[in-house]
Amino acid sequence: MYEGAIQDLIDELGRLPGIGPKSAQRIAFHILSADPADVTRLAQALQRVKEQVRFCSVCFNVAEQEQCRICRDPRRTDEIICVVEEPKDVIAIERTGEFRGRYHVLGGAINPLEGIGPDNLRIRELMERLQAGTVKELILATDPNTEGEATATYLALMVKPMGLTVTRLASGLPVGGDLEYADEITLGRAFEGRRAV
Amino acid sequence: MFVRHLNLVDFRSYPQVAVDFEPGPSVLVGPNGQGKTNLLEALGYVASLSSHRVGTDAPLVRAGAQRAIVRTAIVHGGRELTVELEIVPGKANRARLNRSPVSRPREILGALRQVLFAPEDLALVRGDPAERRRFLDDLLVARYPRFAGVRSDYERVLKQRNALLRTAYLARKAGRGTPGAADLRTLEVWDAHLARYGAELLAGRLELVSALSPHVEKAYDAVSPGGGRARIEYRCGLADDGEDMTTSLVSAGSDGPRVDRDVLAARLLAALARSRPAEEERGVTLVGPHRDDLLLRLGDLPAKGYASHGESWSFALALRLASYDLLRSEGIEPVLALDDVFAELDATRRERLGELVSGATQVLITCAVAADVPEALRGARYDVAEGTVRRVC
Repeated sequence: MYEGAIQDLIDELGRLPGIGPKSAQRIAFHILSADPADVTRLAQALQRVKEQVRFCSVCFNVAEQEQCRICRDPRRTDEIICVVEEPKDVIAIERTGEFRGRYHVLGGAINPLEGIGPDNLRIRELMERLQAGTVKELILATDPNTEGEATATYLALMVKPMGLTVTRLASGLPVGGDLEYADEITLGRAFEGRRAV
Repeated sequence: MFVRHLNLVDFRSYPQVAVDFEPGPSVLVGPNGQGKTNLLEALGYVASLSSHRVGTDAPLVRAGAQRAIVRTAIVHGGRELTVELEIVPGKANRARLNRSPVSRPREILGALRQVLFAPEDLALVRGDPAERRRFLDDLLVARYPRFAGVRSDYERVLKQRNALLRTAYLARKAGRGTPGAADLRTLEVWDAHLARYGAELLAGRLELVSALSPHVEKAYDAVSPGGGRARIEYRCGLADDGEDMTTSLVSAGSDGPRVDRDVLAARLLAALARSRPAEEERGVTLVGPHRDDLLLRLGDLPAKGYASHGESWSFALALRLASYDLLRSEGIEPVLALDDVFAELDATRRERLGELVSGATQVLITCAVAADVPEALRGARYDVAEGTVRRVC
């Protein structure tokens, strides 16, 4: 145990996800020996993130204004909405540069074990957006695990009466990988989702 | 296949131990409580990622240690494979195959295939249906490792669905009226997923029982000649009155018995719809493979409740020998482990069992008295005492 401020810092860092006691200690001593200007910048960044960041009023992605950068962009089409679980999924899809539509961030997935039902997610808001009638296609990009699949199935059921195209991201083999190293479940999914060439 | 080397660190009673094995029979001899079974248990854990003695991992780690490590070298088809497993209670285990880490411990399944017969197996005959479901599912995974994924997906969906039913049940009980439309809508979603994974698991089990059944009959007759006809039958909540699903749904395929998954999924879905009111009443999922049983019959009577102690023991042994024969007939030569079984058998049965398994690539045997082991299985001998294992001949 260290004394006072340094132990407080180690404790705080240790509460962050993915950081164990050893890493917390290493980061704390790094901060202690770092240039004061760098540390001030880090402290300000931490403060600013809580003060300035809020959720976009349209898609619930993180934003600094009323609407996020993507929802404000006039060059993107309003006809396709891609539904994801978390803001970090938006970034992942944006990095591909393949998608030119809008997003909708649910804020999680249906998970009865943790008491999360459809009412705890931003599904009502999604329905309101779809009511407007401009959307022609809905892409379900929730995680390919039990909870994500259940959420996708639920959304598909809800949206079906509206008569728009609903698609689900394909799951299967990673690009650049070897077939022999894929586990059976992934390979099985890839077989199910095979397509004509 | 055979186990060439086993190295344990902080596993059960062992701070550290290393043992080399050879093909053929190996007998581990020592007084009670010296750690013979621990060696077989460690190998069993590598083969199935669970212990045959306990349901949780904490007892596997030596008192005072943080984690247990099991390292083993397995020779299969002339090639050696090393598997390293780190067991950390309450956390995810870590595994390495040929020294490279794998993303999930599940990926080592299939590296070692083991059929273990132990005193605990008496529960297969006398215990709850859960014991027999576990027997079927473990064998299913040994046969096709991909079922480890199906099994855990099914269990996950079942947990989620039960949580949902339970919440709705509690809400109703607390007088907050009937569950909302949104809740019921999500129940439909879980039904579809439960039916999909449940049908896959059920199909795997039905195919397995169908393939295993002749081997059980043969093995029981070999262990206990003239002792009556032993049969196994899958008892499924979806079956109509008098229907035996292993005959009504299983058709002969080119590579063994096959079951149509879509037919099963549809029946499971229909059964879920029928039992919906009862499920809402009680707050749990009432149909699915988690409620099924494997019926063991001796002659015309169920083994449970009717078989004598000797008969029950022979039936349990027949189930394990049949598993071994089935895997062997499909080109997988598993390691056979017999944990303290000879003390329970009379002299003739001992000799017969000895002859039955003496042809196996590798048989690992534990016993307290070396004289109990039949002549046919007197191979390498190891003395186990106070946490050390020493080869004596």
